[in-house]
Amino acid sequence: MKVVGRPLPRVDGATKVTGRAVYADDMLPARTLHCKILRSPHPHARIVSIDTSAARRVPGVLAVITGADLPIKFGILPVTQDERALEHEKARYVGDPIAAVAATEEEIAAAACDAIVVEYEVLEPVMSIEAALDAPKDERIQEYGGPNNVHKLVALEFGDVDGGFARAEHVREDVFFYQGNTHLPMEQHSAVATYVDGRVTLWSSTQVVHYVHRALSKVLELPMHRIRVIGAAHGGGFGGKTDPFAHEIIVAKLAMLTGRPVKCTLTREEVFYAHRGRHPVLMWVRTGVTGDGRITAMHFRSALDGGAYGSYGVASTFYTGALQTVTYDIPAYRFEGCRVFTNKPPCGPKRGHGTPQPRFALELHLEKIARDLDLDPVEMKRRNFVKPDTRTVNWLRVTSCGLDECADKVLAASRFRERKRTPGHGMGFAISTYLSGAGTAIYWNDMPHSEVQIKVDRGGVTAYCGAMEIGQGSDSVLATIVAEELGLQPSDVRLVTADTDTTPIDLGSYSSRVTFMAGNAALEAARKMRALLVEAVEASGRKYEEVAFEEAAVLGEARFGALTTAGSYTPPKIAGPYKGSGVGPSPAYSFSACVVDLDADPRTGLVNVNKVWIAHDVGRAINPLSVEGQVEGSVYMGLGEALMEEQVFRKGLHKWPSMLEYKSPTFLDMPEVETFIVETNDPEGPYGAKEAGQGPLLPVPPAVCAAVFDALGVWIDEIPVTPEKVVEALRRREKGEPPRYGPPRFPSIPYPPAIKVEPPPRDAAAAAR
Amino acid sequence: MLRLPRVRYLQPKAAREAAAMAAEHGARAMFVAGGTDLLPKLKRRQFEVDTLIGLDFLPRSVRNGSVDCVIDAGVTLSVASRDPHLRDSFAGYAEAAGLVSSPPLRNAGTIGGNLCVDTRCNYYDMTHEWRKAAGFCLKKDGDICLVAPSSPRCWAVSSSDTAPMAIALEGVVSLTGPDGERELPVEALYRDDGIDYMAKQPAEVVTSLRLRAAPNLRTAYVKLRRRGSIDFPIAGAAVAAWLDGDTVTRCRVALSAVASHPLEARAAGAFLAGRKLDRETVREAAELAAKPAKPLDNADLGHFWRKRMVRVVVEEALGRISDQTGGFGG
Amino acid sequence: MKNEVLRDVQRVVLTLDVNGEARELLVPVHKTLLEVLREDMQLTGTKHGCELGECGTCTVLVDGRPMLSCLALPVQLRGRAITTVEGLAGGSNLHPLQAAFAELGAAQCGYCTPGMLLAAKSLLDDNARPSREEIKEALAGNLCRCTGYAKILEAVELAAGRMT
Ligand SMILES: Cc1cc2nc3c(=O)[nH]c(=O)nc-3n(C[C@H](O)[C@H](O)[C@H](O)COP(=O)(O)OP(=O)(O)OC[C@H]3O[C@@H](n4cnc5c(N)ncnc54)[C@H](O)[C@@H]3O)c2cc1C
Ligand code: SF4
Ligand code: FES
Ligand code: FES
Repeated sequence: MKVVGRPLPRVDGATKVTGRAVYADDMLPARTLHCKILRSPHPHARIVSIDTSAARRVPGVLAVITGADLPIKFGILPVTQDERALEHEKARYVGDPIAAVAATEEEIAAAACDAIVVEYEVLEPVMSIEAALDAPKDERIQEYGGPNNVHKLVALEFGDVDGGFARAEHVREDVFFYQGNTHLPMEQHSAVATYVDGRVTLWSSTQVVHYVHRALSKVLELPMHRIRVIGAAHGGGFGGKTDPFAHEIIVAKLAMLTGRPVKCTLTREEVFYAHRGRHPVLMWVRTGVTGDGRITAMHFRSALDGGAYGSYGVASTFYTGALQTVTYDIPAYRFEGCRVFTNKPPCGPKRGHGTPQPRFALELHLEKIARDLDLDPVEMKRRNFVKPDTRTVNWLRVTSCGLDECADKVLAASRFRERKRTPGHGMGFAISTYLSGAGTAIYWNDMPHSEVQIKVDRGGVTAYCGAMEIGQGSDSVLATIVAEELGLQPSDVRLVTADTDTTPIDLGSYSSRVTFMAGNAALEAARKMRALLVEAVEASGRKYEEVAFEEAAVLGEARFGALTTAGSYTPPKIAGPYKGSGVGPSPAYSFSACVVDLDADPRTGLVNVNKVWIAHDVGRAINPLSVEGQVEGSVYMGLGEALMEEQVFRKGLHKWPSMLEYKSPTFLDMPEVETFIVETNDPEGPYGAKEAGQGPLLPVPPAVCAAVFDALGVWIDEIPVTPEKVVEALRRREKGEPPRYGPPRFPSIPYPPAIKVEPPPRDAAAAAR
Repeated sequence: MLRLPRVRYLQPKAAREAAAMAAEHGARAMFVAGGTDLLPKLKRRQFEVDTLIGLDFLPRSVRNGSVDCVIDAGVTLSVASRDPHLRDSFAGYAEAAGLVSSPPLRNAGTIGGNLCVDTRCNYYDMTHEWRKAAGFCLKKDGDICLVAPSSPRCWAVSSSDTAPMAIALEGVVSLTGPDGERELPVEALYRDDGIDYMAKQPAEVVTSLRLRAAPNLRTAYVKLRRRGSIDFPIAGAAVAAWLDGDTVTRCRVALSAVASHPLEARAAGAFLAGRKLDRETVREAAELAAKPAKPLDNADLGHFWRKRMVRVVVEEALGRISDQTGGFGG
Repeated sequence: MKNEVLRDVQRVVLTLDVNGEARELLVPVHKTLLEVLREDMQLTGTKHGCELGECGTCTVLVDGRPMLSCLALPVQLRGRAITTVEGLAGGSNLHPLQAAFAELGAAQCGYCTPGMLLAAKSLLDDNARPSREEIKEALAGNLCRCTGYAKILEAVELAAGRMT
């Protein structure tokens, strides 16, 4: 390998360090109008009337629109088309978009919004999971879903769960809570639209041009070929820019109405309202084990606080129950999940989508079981590790798996076993897994998940792909793969990406799918191109390696005419035979293990993380620098969630939608991170590669809590671990109460009877099928 | 993008002129020095002013006499934090200046602005839209306090890092008003009121801060905040102690972020006079210092915990003075 | 709010020294340096994440010192040397910090990068071989959500090593 596996600079590095990368808010086409959105000041209210007449009279205002102008509902999942770009019937959270203005200056648009008079009939807000489970005082938040304000209920059972518990020598139950938090990308969402010759063009800081394209087409009632969506340079997503958003639709509509370019950049506060962040999840878990700590059965319940709309919520709900089995061999498993609607900004996918919460619960729950049995928690966990090339009880196909090696690496490097036990100092260990792309698309279709086209002419090569560079390095991965196959350097490859007019489809930068899926598509296209070039060069009596690429290209073009190839990737159909099996399967899983070393002050409750060791099975590092960057960034975000980040509400509205009060770790809050890349050469990944962008976040929060227990002897069963929680747990211990801070109980939820699913055959050969 | 309201900008050449302009425009005008407190608040529409009076004419030097040190109000926090003389003679003051927010902010924020910084409350330091949704409060546009609804007053929190230190050091500010100049002990600059938190006349410009050195003077400032940078204090302890050998002859302790004004812990100061700073004494003094602190639920983290932490920061600051080092970083 | 836009705008003619070029501009006095750079001078390399002084994304250098452009008024910056990310490179040669950031992947999404680079430049101009702690201190006002700061730290060290 010439370029794969080498720590080469990213192909977009120079553009970004010179300030030349053009983000959506950097665009200002001639005659651009600025858009501001009026948002609901009430968490829950019927909209009685909207009077925009005064706003229209403000000098400089060119258009004012309301929900009546954009009545068609959209939503990321086909089953939950419950959002409107502008609501004219009902507001469901503080920040829900109600009206929008296009004006010559942003300050004029803001003043015009202020001049819009909306009459509301205020309804009782529903602000917690418990309240959502009760009968609504006024009316439901959404008209669909389960009883009261329940959105979705699921119940699945794999194998003989009751039998497994009967067989267990020890059974334990625990309740955990993972507070919601948000992505907080440094770039505030921004979109610019033009309407020229009957065609809409939208530049946006989105992670998925394709889904925005679909939503625009639906709401604007324009065929997709009259809409072009282009991903602008992207200032950070982490899942937060994966839904189609109101402002994207609004600027397109305003451009159509005014015939001028229209731009909308959200303020930081509005970014908190756009949200789609981590669901707050309450969890209950019950596990049976043998005397030596082997799991015999597990029963896991989750309750997700979904906010006001569906977003990815149905998928998020399934994800809270899906991947427990991918790290631990659980022979019998029951999962009951529930998502409720509340009057808060909608939750959705954030790095690790729906799985960091159950991972947190599971890892700490197993720690506690091990202590009940006087077993070493690490050993007990290892005893239950899944093996490569198996199928889990819920039918997930595990192929390459470097869990053991990951654990070995961090345990050895951190000298975890030799650690000195001094009060106030602690170390904690945890593991996790994540998908390399979801095995099924958001909307049902049989098309490939990613396509790449390659064109060679005039001595140059260009690769076209719908994938969106969001900072994770996807452009570099594509360039590296094409370069490797053609014998070039990544910087020799021109890229055209994330443009629905010029690039073939890719489903976008979410669920860690780009390296795996777009990478495989690129590999196929590049190999086809290489074959053409090799044939042409060999016909001239020489070897491909011996001629310069420019010459090979000329020979190829002379022999075959225009040189283009294409590749595509469709994940294997490996979902299990049951309803709901679409969430969880992935062509490959990454694995991580982590050790956290910290000091916790019993007097103040303050926690100071000294160091984090993390090992990540990425299959194969196409660019080790980028993999390290993803792992370090994940650890950072995991520490933020574990220690300080929380999206909380007070009196019906976001308590602190600002960068000052929503605490994101600074340079000084970030400990040293030692990263180990573990390579297992996945059989289906491009060159053996798997994901790296999300998985390494997951073990961090439970490792922090395990380390706090190690240091102080108290369990913090709730994220984030604030000093007040630590102090309170210590106080309880002193009073002889259980040494714990966390949710006292799990509510009673009307789960339906579980769908019983026969587990797959347990032997490896059958599993591989 | 959050933007400033349309304001006019006046550029006086001297403090007297600035004060005259302020007197003329009354409540419609405000002074702007570094702008790091004022401009975010204007963008959030927390003040309704249509005129800014620039204070960038203010001199920017630290002048050391043999006893007195005069710091011009225009000195930036970063200059104050690095000034060798201040670090030497008034270490706690330099420390406090260096702990304000973040490095780029300290390059603009002035020590004068830091003395006059608006009181804070997380129902108030929010955008106009947010406050409209939450309901306006006493301090701006409303008629009740959202933190303590039964209270007739505002409990917004004095959040200056350097003001408590200046008080502990018995600093004196020079003020220039439309009619002349005067001096005031720093503590007399403040009122225990979240709204009218300054006792000086609105048209008076703070032109300098004077601190008096002594060979046996020791100072320390300990700030508690969630992150290592950017954050305001959620509790802070400033201590100045005059020693005779290892006996305290006089001591002043002032707290930040626990009341609507920099709160002087007089009982603790009095208790320490004549004592040696051993562990037990420090503990007792910290206990006394924490008593008058009344944090409410309007800043980061819970007020019970913050109250508990007052003791800790005071102990830490006294500990530093007695050279008992502790490990209590930001 | 409503009535604010009915007020007259006071505009002043200003000469700003940006990246070594003197530019004469007619500036509304209520526009911040951030707005003037991005909107009136098309220097969009300077980014913004909050406009309230809370994130450091908008950092530029004023007389060599990092300042938050979202809280700076151009009327107060007459005669002062302003440096933005566009002024870092010497012609088409990257500044050593830019080169190191690009090489090590210290810019992921790149949005915090201009501010980080300028804060780092100011540090290295003062202190050619800073310790890790000094680097962290100097960059502590600049938030990054992508990198966990690790590669940024390494890049500043690498550049410092190359510059001395
Ligand atoms: C994100 C963020 C974090 C912050 N963190 C901290 C912190 O940790 N600790 C802290 O103490 N502060 C903090 N601040 C507040 C502020 O930045 C500092 O207090 C700074 O010192 C204010 O100085 P300035 O020159 O910028 O004041 P300005 O903003 O110019 O003025 C502040 C106030 O003082 C008045 N004023 C200014 N100078 C004078 C004068 N000479 N005479 C009379 N009146 C005057 C102004 O009219 C205004 O009311 C923070 C601000 C932000 C945005
Ligand atoms: S303390 Fe009360 S009155 Fe004062 S700012 Fe806060 S909510 Fe408003
Ligand atoms: S934009 Fe956040 S500090 Fe200026
Ligand atoms: S690189 Fe994305 S915020 Fe720093």
